[in-house]
Amino acid sequence: MRLDIAKKAAALGLGLALLAGCGGGTEQTTDGPVELSFWAWAPDIDKVVDKWNASHPDVKVVVSKQAQGDELVTKLLTAAKGGNPPDLAQVEFQSLPTLVSNDVVADISEGAAVAKDKFAPGVWDQVTLGGSGVYAVPQDSGPMMFYYRADLFAEYGLKVPTTWDEYAQTARDLRAKAPDKFLGTFSSNDPGWFAGLVQQAGGSWWSVDGDTWKVTVDDAATKKVAQYWSGLIREGAIDKSPMYTPEWNKALNDGTQVGWLSAVWAPGVLKGNAESTLGKWAMAPMPQWDAAEPRTGSWGGSTTAVTAGSKHQKAATEFAVWLNTDPAAVEGLVTQSAIYPAATSAQEALTNPPAFFPNQPDFYTKAAEIAATSSGFTWGPNVNVTYTAYRNAIGEAISGGGDLVPALAKMQGATVDDMKANGFKVGG
Amino acid sequence: MRARLGGLPTFVLLVGAAYCLFPVAWVVVAATKSTGELFSTTTLSVGTSLLANLGELGSYRDGVFWRWMANSALYAGLGALLSAALSGVTGYALAKYSFRGRALIFNGLLAGVLVPAVVLAIPQYLLLSKVGLTDTYLSVLVPGVISPYGIYLARVYAAASVPEDVVEAARTDGASELRILTSVALPMMVPGLVTVFLFQFVSIWNNFMLPYIMLGDDGKFPVTLGLYTMLKQGNTTPALYTLVVTGALVSVLPLIALFLTLQRYWRIDLLSGAVKA
Repeated sequence: MRLDIAKKAAALGLGLALLAGCGGGTEQTTDGPVELSFWAWAPDIDKVVDKWNASHPDVKVVVSKQAQGDELVTKLLTAAKGGNPPDLAQVEFQSLPTLVSNDVVADISEGAAVAKDKFAPGVWDQVTLGGSGVYAVPQDSGPMMFYYRADLFAEYGLKVPTTWDEYAQTARDLRAKAPDKFLGTFSSNDPGWFAGLVQQAGGSWWSVDGDTWKVTVDDAATKKVAQYWSGLIREGAIDKSPMYTPEWNKALNDGTQVGWLSAVWAPGVLKGNAESTLGKWAMAPMPQWDAAEPRTGSWGGSTTAVTAGSKHQKAATEFAVWLNTDPAAVEGLVTQSAIYPAATSAQEALTNPPAFFPNQPDFYTKAAEIAATSSGFTWGPNVNVTYTAYRNAIGEAISGGGDLVPALAKMQGATVDDMKANGFKVGG
Repeated sequence: MRARLGGLPTFVLLVGAAYCLFPVAWVVVAATKSTGELFSTTTLSVGTSLLANLGELGSYRDGVFWRWMANSALYAGLGALLSAALSGVTGYALAKYSFRGRALIFNGLLAGVLVPAVVLAIPQYLLLSKVGLTDTYLSVLVPGVISPYGIYLARVYAAASVPEDVVEAARTDGASELRILTSVALPMMVPGLVTVFLFQFVSIWNNFMLPYIMLGDDGKFPVTLGLYTMLKQGNTTPALYTLVVTGALVSVLPLIALFLTLQRYWRIDLLSGAVKA
């Protein structure tokens, strides 16, 4: 009999919760321990979550490991539409606006706003989307840096370029001295990488005023970047094969690629793809457009978001804040999952260099300095469309001679068309 | 003249075989290489660490790979078995009984053959979420049981291999319709049903989109999804190429074994019969 009453009470509670809608009133009060599902792809993140579970017996988080990528966004959208999304999800910065505009992630400003001071303003802006809401807690960031083979630079008498003009000259000098080697490659496969270069140049692709979006994928800064690389591609000063292919891995291994414009997480990738080059690489700040005012862009980086469909938003928010700001948790993320933490205090706490860079003991001190020069960026609600257009149009441009500028107009057109088709107001 | 005509098709076939088999050879060779060797040694030079790779694969995340393999075996094995049974019964009914709506049902099935399964994954997800079945073993099993192509094949096979006279004779002897089905028709249809089983086993084993959408819990993933999570860990971590390649090799072994053991049931005239019918 008691059980029946409890059941009825639970049903009534659920009914009330449904009536209250999804405005944060869906908190279910249960006596037993709460179980939260968490979709994430960072390696070994479950081991970090175990620490939470050990100290929070009433809120158990269960990690379900997913494959990172645009497909995961589709999967989250589908799950949310079906009414059974996970409680928490690892979400890339550039996917967050898509999920916000589809009401997949919850506004957790109530529980997460306290974490604001733990992050650099440019990073925090990317989870508030410039408004008063907070849609996720930043987890890791990817400030861009320049990696080069210190041994080969010495062998060919090259100096580390500090400006883009110097980078171009270094690329030509290397070609003259070692015709089979390249200082870098322009990849038609990695729109996130290109977006990072554009951020560094001060480009802005989306902005929102009220409910009207402004899309400027072909703005002056983006054109400047595209023109610069078009020149290098056409004179053959750099390689034009995509990154993250077996050929590229081989080129990293055998020294065909002497440099890599990448992000702070590059050591992990180099270790996995080019193990034989241990200790031969060094890291430097990105070449600059204006040496007097150093800046960098971001490539990669993700957040922990709470879904709007979660029945335990409060507990999930607590976990998201803990995971990304608690010193023990962030240390776990760094050592177990090999991420570069978004929390500034954690960035400063990193003292030992990555295992693959034993020759650069101040790696993380330098990285934190570079991270502080990151440009902010506003992502739009359909970054995946822009990225697909990049892969197609830039790929065509490279095989068709190397003039990248016309491709920007195609990216702009595809982005605007898709936003209009999906009911966004796009102003001129 | 004869010799020259004979030479060209052989050559074309050899080229075709090389084209198909080279990737397989690549996987076999690549699975023997360590991470360091994978991108630094020549493509077809055999590496030294097949056993180490297998060991590492087995210990990855406390042996989750074997769990994924077991999941795949369950989805594909049970799914294909049920699918063959359902296809057999349905195909027999469509071939041997005339009833109102038979043509309609059959044409509907034919239309179903034309719709790629990938397109159905998201609608199926939304339907199953209405009954609370998503993220369960059933959510991947159930859609795999119904195979329009299997039913189509079974119908054609039943029409061709179960003579009307035999069914009539059984009826005259007083056998019930169920008895005729189980004792007379189905045994005659075995080669066709084995074909359905094989087709369905392979398609479920290789299926990606449906489990990808249906399953959130990585403990229920089939091996295709599991390998994908090892490949895409975000750009901060390199893909676990060696483990994925080794895993891919291990994951096709059951398919090869199945084909080798069941191929004696495989009748080439099955397909020619299908064309005539």
